[in-house]
Amino acid sequence: MLVDGKRLLITGVLTPGSIAYAVAREALDNGAEVVLTGFGRTRSLTERTARRLPREVDVLELDVNKPEDVRAVNDELAGRWGQVDGVLHAIAFAPADALGGNFLNTPYESASTAFQVSAFSLKELTAGLLPVLENHHASVVTLDFDARVAWPVYDWMGVCKAALESVTRYLARDLGAKQVRVNAISAGPIRTMAAKGIPGFSLLADAWSKRAPLGWDVGDPTVVARVALWLFSDWSRGVCGELIHVDGGFHAMGTDLLSKEEQARLAAEDG
Amino acid sequence: MAQSREEVVETMKDVLASELGVEADKVTADARFKEDLDADSLDLVEVVLALEEKFGIEISDDQIAGVKTVGEAADLVISKQTAVG
Repeated sequence: MLVDGKRLLITGVLTPGSIAYAVAREALDNGAEVVLTGFGRTRSLTERTARRLPREVDVLELDVNKPEDVRAVNDELAGRWGQVDGVLHAIAFAPADALGGNFLNTPYESASTAFQVSAFSLKELTAGLLPVLENHHASVVTLDFDARVAWPVYDWMGVCKAALESVTRYLARDLGAKQVRVNAISAGPIRTMAAKGIPGFSLLADAWSKRAPLGWDVGDPTVVARVALWLFSDWSRGVCGELIHVDGGFHAMGTDLLSKEEQARLAAEDG
Repeated sequence: MAQSREEVVETMKDVLASELGVEADKVTADARFKEDLDADSLDLVEVVLALEEKFGIEISDDQIAGVKTVGEAADLVISKQTAVG
């Protein structure tokens, strides 16, 4: 099995629609051991959702803004497993005034909060867990939304995703010598709880339906999860500091695809 | 076996009282989740998961989107049970 015996820490499981839930489910189905994290008010939601997984898994308390929480998770996993083979970083947050078309008026405090939770947290989590990750080919994976370009409504979350991509590369630089790989998956839009927090999410979903050559199902996080599993597996051991698009091919297109009608019209004109 | 609306609402009383931390007496068919039961969007996600477990059904985001009251949620549950059974 792809991740047989791998010991994985998976953050970001909120509902059965979460991308992280699909990663946990696929990981368990493919031989991995899994521990989840949750925090504060949403912890009960994470625990309820965890009960739907194929096997019972524990949920550890982790507020990624608290170094003492990261330390406690590291110590717990050191005691439980000794080493950790993979970490999924699926953590992001932006205050309401940092998203939704308010880019020019977002106060620094809101942009800064979004940066701390959504980008700096990848460094905090990875560096904090280094004692259990180093020197045995561990793999850290983060969830990104392509930040090489600007999007409608995504605003400061987009800026923070650009930072996240960069943090991925710098962590790759500094942790490669310790045999820790760090990579980001740039997923197409998936209808999760996080997506519900993005006003105008449907705009992005519509864009994908017009441009992704493979097509794109906003209700199917499994296609994303399986690439995460591959990144946790030994089959990707040479991949590091990479941004992998799992978006149905959207990122490779320059414009929307031609509709059937447009194709027919062009063919008729050529004839 | 489909339950009556009253029976479903009665079962929902227990679920909602424990999920939302409100008194069971406040959970009536006319009670509005947001205004009367003080439930925010996270609470509602949890309520949906709890109802799915309690009644053995699946509720999609689209279906729950228009639901404002406990009675409307009960109707949704009943329509799901009927569809299954």
